[in-house]
Amino acid sequence: MGEIVLSEVRKSFGGVSIIQGIDLVIPEGEFVVFVGPSGCGKSTLLRLIAGLEDTSSGTISIDGKDATKLPPAKRGLAMVFQSYALYPHMSVRKNIAFPLRMAGVSAEEQERKVQAAAKVLNLTPYLDRKPSQLSGGQRQRVAIGRAIVREPAAFLFDEPLSNLDAALRVSMRQEISELHHTLRTTMIYVTHDQVEAMTMADRIVVLNAGRIEQVGSPLELYRSPANLFVAGFIGSPKMNLIEGAEAQKHGAHTLGIRPEHIDLAEDGPWKGTVGLCEHLGSDTFLKVEVEGVGQINIRVGGDVPLRHGTRVSLAPQADKLHRFDTAGKALVPAV
Amino acid sequence: MAREVSKGRKAAVTLLAWGVALLIFFPILWTFLTSFKTEGEAINSHPSFLFFDWTLENYETVNQRSDYLAHFWNSVVISLGSTVLGLIIAVPAAWSMAFVPGKRTKDLLMWMLSTKMLPAVGVLVPLYLLARDTGLLDTKTGLVIVLTLVNLPIIVWMLYTYFKEIPGEILEAARMDGATLSSEILYVLTPMAVPGIASTLLLNVILAWNESFWTLNLTAANAAPLTAFIASYSSPEGLFYAKLSAASTMAIAPIMILGWFSQKQLVRGLTFGAVK
Ligand SMILES: Nc1ncnc2c1ncn2[C@@H]1O[C@H](COP(=O)(O)OP(=O)(O)O)[C@@H](O)[C@H]1O
Ligand SMILES: [Mg+2]
Repeated sequence: MGEIVLSEVRKSFGGVSIIQGIDLVIPEGEFVVFVGPSGCGKSTLLRLIAGLEDTSSGTISIDGKDATKLPPAKRGLAMVFQSYALYPHMSVRKNIAFPLRMAGVSAEEQERKVQAAAKVLNLTPYLDRKPSQLSGGQRQRVAIGRAIVREPAAFLFDEPLSNLDAALRVSMRQEISELHHTLRTTMIYVTHDQVEAMTMADRIVVLNAGRIEQVGSPLELYRSPANLFVAGFIGSPKMNLIEGAEAQKHGAHTLGIRPEHIDLAEDGPWKGTVGLCEHLGSDTFLKVEVEGVGQINIRVGGDVPLRHGTRVSLAPQADKLHRFDTAGKALVPAV
Repeated sequence: MAREVSKGRKAAVTLLAWGVALLIFFPILWTFLTSFKTEGEAINSHPSFLFFDWTLENYETVNQRSDYLAHFWNSVVISLGSTVLGLIIAVPAAWSMAFVPGKRTKDLLMWMLSTKMLPAVGVLVPLYLLARDTGLLDTKTGLVIVLTLVNLPIIVWMLYTYFKEIPGEILEAARMDGATLSSEILYVLTPMAVPGIASTLLLNVILAWNESFWTLNLTAANAAPLTAFIASYSSPEGLFYAKLSAASTMAIAPIMILGWFSQKQLVRGLTFGAVK
């Protein structure tokens, strides 16, 4: 239960093409993250899968059955919205039980499942409250509770954590990951935050302007981005992208190197002056003005005696260089 | 930061507000007072405000001469009937306009409202003939249908504004949760729109209760509501101000009491959306 296959899925709104031909197979039980900049069509793609929008062309099948024309209720999927979308007039208990009630489940069975979900999500003390009496994190959990009770073929999450503060976001992220380990149900998770994508996903789908740029595990995308867009999007701090003479030396139009793959060396090939210098304790982020190359961000160990204006010499790790052609596509082999 | 308002200015504005309120309320108060006067006192060119011989004789005469309860019952049936029927039609209509608008939804709303700009008398003859030929003349059913249609644009418009305030994601959540269209409207949309629906209902009951064009023109005796009861004390028998006032007071009392108890709801409903 839970394999989702998209083929040639397109969607336009009033003549504007928003989703431009998506082919994707999501195997059962996988945690897939759709990531991309704001406005690239992530939500639209998720809503197409949910059935909340109709495709302009292409097919969507769920568990081998064509679901393209099925209404949302018939697809057996559950969705968690960014705004939580709880029913404000119902108690937490009624909110969680709602899908069961709609499915005609008996009252005792409803109560049993609500109790079980509440236990998993630490909501037991709040079952009789209204959503307005809950904190953001608790509301989010109610929304998840409402999704899990119906034992869907797959869960769809649309930026579920973006209304939470940073600390809560980290802990909810982990809770959702753990939920996935427990339930082993297919999950499709939409976010614009590459950190969420990297930390949660089995597989990441990078979207840009309604197209898939690359699909792969977090480390595959990190190690071998297929193009400049993915190179710049995945990884924090961002990959340095160098054009000009230095790139041509390596037979590329653009040369990429991640900040963590540049070492401070006694006698490295790149010489420069430290500009901005951020000491985080565990790491140090430096902006270095390198002669003949330009400004380079690097990430080094925590305890380095560097300040604004210090002269340094840098050595990029040769096997971690990425080369891209004029169209921005990665050149293989990388170096 | 709260804006500073000087004491004098506040007092002046308060006085002005009271002045306007009294001005609006005065005719009702005067009708009420007149209903306790003798006919002679009522037409006195130097009327006394409170110091006259209070009497209940007008109420006694009015009750002897006409059957208040029958008219009252007709008013109740007609105003509640047309409101409930109107809501049954308007809830799904407003739902589709608010949540699945088409290209012409805005035009349709404007068109519906524009029917209210036509003077009712313009369609009196055709409606009268239709009612006569279908045997609905002077029946409560006929009036319920006509008043439903007359007030439908306003009901749809009001509900549409309330529904617009409800986030679409909540309805989508219901759809994802397996709700059919009717469950979605019954269990999610309607309960959330209760304040809006309640004030629409109240306002419409009041409008229907006071409607006095169709109720006067399409009834004779059987279905005549309280508006006809008042009207029967105006011209035909000459001007009996005191009895007319007694009849008016009895006719508007129920709706005034309803309005008084629900004023919070009414005000809240009418400003819904404006303040959020
Ligand atoms: N119902 C709609 N009508 C018209 N345009 C829409 C609609 N929904 C989304 N869009 C457009 O589609 C694009 C992608 O939107 P969305 O999928 O919400 O992006 P994301 O979730 O990646 O930020 C945006 O430019 C948005 O304006
Ligand atoms: Mg979005």
